[in-house]
Amino acid sequence: MTKLTNRSYTYYFLLPAGIIYFVFFLLPTIMSFFFSMTWWTLTDWKFIGFENFITFLTEPSLNIGFKNTIIYAVVTCTLKVILGLLLGVFLSQKLKTIGFVRSMVFFPTLLSTIAVGMAFAMMMHPTQGLINTALKIVGITGPDWLGDTTIALISVALVDVWKGVGMATVIFIAGIMSIPEDYYEALAIDGGNSFHKFWNIIVPLSRPAMNSVIILAFIGGLRSFDLVWAMTKGGPGFSTDLIASIIYKQYQGGFYGLSTAGNVILFVVVSALAFPLYAFLNKKEVDL
Amino acid sequence: MSETQIAVKADTPFRTNTRKRKSVGKLFSEILAIILSLVIFGVPFYFVIVNASKDTKESSLLNMELPSSFQLIENIQAVMAAQNGMIVRAFFNSMMITGFSIAILILVGAMAGYVLQRRTSKMSPFFNFLILAGLIIPPAIVPTIWVLDGIGLFKTMPGIILVEVALNLPFTILLYKGFMATLPKELDEAALIDGCGRMRLFFSIILPLLKPVSATVIVLTAVGVYNDFVNPLYFFPGAENATLQLTLYNFSSMYNTQWNLLFTNILLISIPPLILFIFFNKKIVAGMTAGAVK
Repeated sequence: MTKLTNRSYTYYFLLPAGIIYFVFFLLPTIMSFFFSMTWWTLTDWKFIGFENFITFLTEPSLNIGFKNTIIYAVVTCTLKVILGLLLGVFLSQKLKTIGFVRSMVFFPTLLSTIAVGMAFAMMMHPTQGLINTALKIVGITGPDWLGDTTIALISVALVDVWKGVGMATVIFIAGIMSIPEDYYEALAIDGGNSFHKFWNIIVPLSRPAMNSVIILAFIGGLRSFDLVWAMTKGGPGFSTDLIASIIYKQYQGGFYGLSTAGNVILFVVVSALAFPLYAFLNKKEVDL
Repeated sequence: MSETQIAVKADTPFRTNTRKRKSVGKLFSEILAIILSLVIFGVPFYFVIVNASKDTKESSLLNMELPSSFQLIENIQAVMAAQNGMIVRAFFNSMMITGFSIAILILVGAMAGYVLQRRTSKMSPFFNFLILAGLIIPPAIVPTIWVLDGIGLFKTMPGIILVEVALNLPFTILLYKGFMATLPKELDEAALIDGCGRMRLFFSIILPLLKPVSATVIVLTAVGVYNDFVNPLYFFPGAENATLQLTLYNFSSMYNTQWNLLFTNILLISIPPLILFIFFNKKIVAGMTAGAVK
């Protein structure tokens, strides 16, 4: 009789995936540590130690990327969690129009970031734009959303939230839908109101969904590039430059070593924040 | 009549009253929320469509008013004709890249997910770590160009396809691995007892059973690769090699004064995802959440 053993499943099946993954992802990642310490023209390189990293960390036009990237990731992640949770609670009710509203909220997730960025850049035009025209009607003079160095980054982050909150919402809906009815019944018997329902049942029991949203949104925020590039190209000045957009600018300028150093820095920032966050959130889930 | 009964009787009208008031309040907040979502998520769409239908002069005002003459067809023709039909070429490129990426991902990802779920060994944690790393770590740009250049695939279609496959593999494998867990091992056993080889077991028994995940992979990859801007920007440059996202990006500087054409371009580029969404709404949502709530 044929016995089902580990040998029935040959590791040769991993080869095609493994080779593609290694050659086009792992190998470049490993090599980036080396090339980040060189002066590099793709064909020729010269070892220069940590000079690229020092430049990256001391040059104000480059190290502004850190601050911006963290702000961007924290703002988009926080807003996506809060708004996603509220929308998720609202959209998991049984209402006639709910399917339509759900689709409406989710659809931007599928749109091209470039298209969304351009459409919003038009709407954020300081004098003619839709948003400021609407604000003028209620008597508020809107700011120069993308031209003012103090708020441009937040403006882009808000568009990111507009585009991405649908994803957070459907994850929350899935989480909320999986809460057994018994909890609500028990609450009704104990005479709890809808705030209790939200705070004591939905929030703690949709914890796994919340963790997924936090991780996805935070990592996405740290790696973000295309929306900023479509809307402001890092400007005005360097006020919306993220690490990823600086990597692109250095690449365009032909500073391949410096660009790769930026990549390594992004790698370190993402790993240093994402892996512990992942472990922390998973640990909390077990405690529940 | 006992006292409790009286109490209940007296209590009844009051109770229905609060319930009614509560439901009116609830209805009001629901309507408000619906209107708010419609404004926040609907107005941008309306804005793009209206302005794509205007002539250059009207669209330069960037307002919400209906166009005085409906110009959408003329605008579409103008966008299609721009730069010797660049957008048609870009459409072809985008479709090729998306199609081949999907085909390779399904084949290669299903094979890997199948073995990784079925076979547990000392290596398993290592493979799981690789998948997690692939999901989290941002790809190293210039070294990838260096690799592509080294094997002669830089600025070529196979090059960009293989990069897209590599970057989408971890999530795809995760989806297949998750679904494999729902297929009983007895199935494999029965097939092997009946004299089925390892290859045939996978290709004629397992792979067809993975159809639901394959459908999810198709839809998610289609959206992801089609909308991808960053990877073509780096790994597929050159006028010949334009993809739809790159064309839109380049047109934005060209149409600096003709915003109606820019809006038309934005509208055109959003049609394929819209079609996918109309037909595979549930599949997309289920696939995205299934992967996320792991």
